[in-house]
Amino acid sequence: MSDLVEIRDLAVTFATDAGPVRAVDGVSLAVHPGEVLAIVGESGSGKTVTAKSILGLLPETATVRGAVVLRNKDGGEADVAQLSGSRLRQVRGRDAAMVFQEPSTALNPVFTVGWQIAEGLRAHGRMSKKEARAQAIDIMRRVGIPDPETRVDHYPHQFSGGQKQRIVIAQALALDPGVIVADEPTTALDVTVQAEILDLLRRCRDEFGAAVVLITHNMGVVADLADRVAVMYQGELVEQAPVRELFESPREAYTQQLLAAVPRIGEGLARAEVRAARRPEGWDEQEPVVSATDLRIVYPGRFRQPDFVAVDEVSFSIKPGEVLGLVGESGSGKTTIGRAMAGLTRVSGGSLSVLGVEMNGARERRIRPIRSRVGFVFQDPATSFNPLLTIAQCVAEPLVVHGRAESAEDARGRVDELLEAVQLPRSYGDRFPHELSGGQRQRASLARALALDPELLIADEPTSALDVSVQARVLDLFDELHRELGFAALFISHDLAVVDMLADRIAVLHRGRLVEEGTGAEVLGNPQDPYTRRLLASLPVPDPVEQAERRARWEAEAS
Amino acid sequence: MAATASSPRASRWTRLPVLAQLRQSVGLQRGMLVTGLVLTAIFVLTAILAPALAPYGFSQLRGHDGAFGAQQPPSAEHWLGTTQGGYDVLSRLIWGSRTALLVIIVAVVASILVGVTLGLISGYFGGWLDRTLVVIADAIYAFPSLLLAIVLAIVISGGQSSMWGGILAAALSITVIFIPQYLRVTRAEVIRIKSEAFVESARVIGAGHARIMVRHVLRNSTRTLPLILTLNASEAILTLAGLGFLGFGIEPTAAAEWGYDLNKAVSDVTSGIWWTSVFPGTAIVLVVLGLTLVGESLNDLADPRLRKRAAGAEPVEDLGVDVGPDEDPATAATPETTKEAAL
Repeated sequence: MSDLVEIRDLAVTFATDAGPVRAVDGVSLAVHPGEVLAIVGESGSGKTVTAKSILGLLPETATVRGAVVLRNKDGGEADVAQLSGSRLRQVRGRDAAMVFQEPSTALNPVFTVGWQIAEGLRAHGRMSKKEARAQAIDIMRRVGIPDPETRVDHYPHQFSGGQKQRIVIAQALALDPGVIVADEPTTALDVTVQAEILDLLRRCRDEFGAAVVLITHNMGVVADLADRVAVMYQGELVEQAPVRELFESPREAYTQQLLAAVPRIGEGLARAEVRAARRPEGWDEQEPVVSATDLRIVYPGRFRQPDFVAVDEVSFSIKPGEVLGLVGESGSGKTTIGRAMAGLTRVSGGSLSVLGVEMNGARERRIRPIRSRVGFVFQDPATSFNPLLTIAQCVAEPLVVHGRAESAEDARGRVDELLEAVQLPRSYGDRFPHELSGGQRQRASLARALALDPELLIADEPTSALDVSVQARVLDLFDELHRELGFAALFISHDLAVVDMLADRIAVLHRGRLVEEGTGAEVLGNPQDPYTRRLLASLPVPDPVEQAERRARWEAEAS
Repeated sequence: MAATASSPRASRWTRLPVLAQLRQSVGLQRGMLVTGLVLTAIFVLTAILAPALAPYGFSQLRGHDGAFGAQQPPSAEHWLGTTQGGYDVLSRLIWGSRTALLVIIVAVVASILVGVTLGLISGYFGGWLDRTLVVIADAIYAFPSLLLAIVLAIVISGGQSSMWGGILAAALSITVIFIPQYLRVTRAEVIRIKSEAFVESARVIGAGHARIMVRHVLRNSTRTLPLILTLNASEAILTLAGLGFLGFGIEPTAAAEWGYDLNKAVSDVTSGIWWTSVFPGTAIVLVVLGLTLVGESLNDLADPRLRKRAAGAEPVEDLGVDVGPDEDPATAATPETTKEAAL
């Protein structure tokens, strides 16, 4: 059987305010029947544009050259790049379908999920409402939605994130297409849910016989699911190889760099040991910088809804110079704890003492003195800078506010030092935040947090918005600065591997409760809590051979 | 240092509200914007150069050779004829633009000052103050705006009508109608900006409320103002004309006013004297059209979905390669090197 999709010399150019931008440049790819082809690359590499061109989903501003030949199961073929209007609609859904990144926005909130699945069926064939409904129920059962006869009439908000993604996949599978394009299908999901969705995508291949084009930046996901990998960079195809070959012996320099940048669990142990060895005697007896006992944070419910307990009976402490890694899935309360430590969220119960100030019931006036001793790095570097101030003015802001400098110009010397400390050239001080890339902005954010030489640094998912290779640089920088400056830190992340690289101790949060706390070796090497074990097991390892073993073990345990 | 300081300033020139939009517009949108700008420019220039352009004064009734005479048709002496009261229509037209411009400026400046300040405070602090202000703003919305303007015109001018008294009365009565708009728009923006990470980061740094409000929130929440400003300017003219037409405007001896002239021309229309009503009416229509075109085009261009053009590309990440302090990293040396390695 011939290739399902054949992309020949594809070039896509977008017309933008800043002139034409070449997003994809001379890419040739083929998707074989019944395989999972992973297209990996960082943001802006053109992977999504390439995949969307398979369905002809590019916006009007795009100009497409080259051919995208799509063959259906009956042997017919069509060049999607040339099709338009009704011909294109015929091909979509029947020959190729799409699974989107964010399941909560891919489903229409005002229609039942059954209606939305049936819509695709009815658009392509004369089918009565009853038949479509029966088929929708059938497909929902096959993607693993329990009790589909009643669930078919439910609305998207009545499903969890993972179930919503199952429904989006069901929608894609409904017409039994030859190819499913999955654009970062698990990025918006938690690790434990991710494992289930990856499993379902694998079943799409095995049971439904569909080829899957998987777009992702997560090398763990690639190792878990893909048969073949295409690496893209700057709109060009860098390398194509079967998955094992690619991970074992990447040929191109960029692929090697990309693989080396992926954090792996276990790398941080050595670093933590070195740090532990360098600590002075009597360190254990020192007064902790932060100590929480039975900390409870409640968001009051609105309109007579019950209060939401975000953090419940959490106790931990951070000693001077120590890095505590806080891990948990979305909604586990990890960010809330970080915000409470910075005085951005009210503490409802228990005790949280930061640098000797009790945060429970503290007024802004009591907190302000310690503000100069606490630094904060925000998750999204794109929004944490005032867009109208230059980087130098932003970094100088804490110095000016706390009276260490008269004005931003006055603080320029110190700002230049800080920028150099985070490996940004001095001239970047005169740029505006939008003129920097994400990684550069996050380094500037680190410079701002360190401007007053804080004793405590709170980093709230500082690398989750960044690409892998950029993340590796920012994490290295963090580690280096920590060694030089010796601040205590709370490092919040959803990624165990990232936390492992930096943290001395790791605390695992689950639904607002602290389920496990200990050194990296203890928590990751010998997890006691079943939740930690599940978290570790569902984290895909960026190594296809090892991941296959892990998956076999995981499946054996599950059954 | 001088070079680095001057380059952002040079680009800032092209980022000025209207100029930036003019540069990025294309096709029909550009046509609309240019038409609007030309009409507005003619209006503003006429107002500024009124003394030089107008053949007679706005309240002049007689020339060297006696009185103009009432309701004279267009002629060599009076290009656009004379009105029922014996004024020169062209001169009234030109001087009227001056009144209109002054009213616009006073009304818009006053309503921006008050509206933005209240919106900033209301949005930033929230609570009972916010609720009270919003309820008052809603209450003002509930009144027919012209009725409100009439009441205020009477209150402010106290029945007298000097030039500035009339202008202020008209402008301030318009102000009261506009304040809720600016309050609402600013408040909505402030509430959005308030939850942005950079405002939180300013709080974490320890900046006080005043500093956060002025330095971080205010400057970021005024982006939509040029847009309402142009739309409100056209509304201000309509309100002024409405007031004048209803007889609450400025007396002809104090200043020229299009609405007043229209009012006096009502009886002329039925007797076939067209020039007294057509020209002031056209003036109002053209100025409103010009300002609205500018406003609508700005509105369309500010919205990327209506603009039909995607935003610029993200800057390239620098991977792994250390950037020396003197090297200019904007050229992003890494993609090239990686591409070479890939070849």
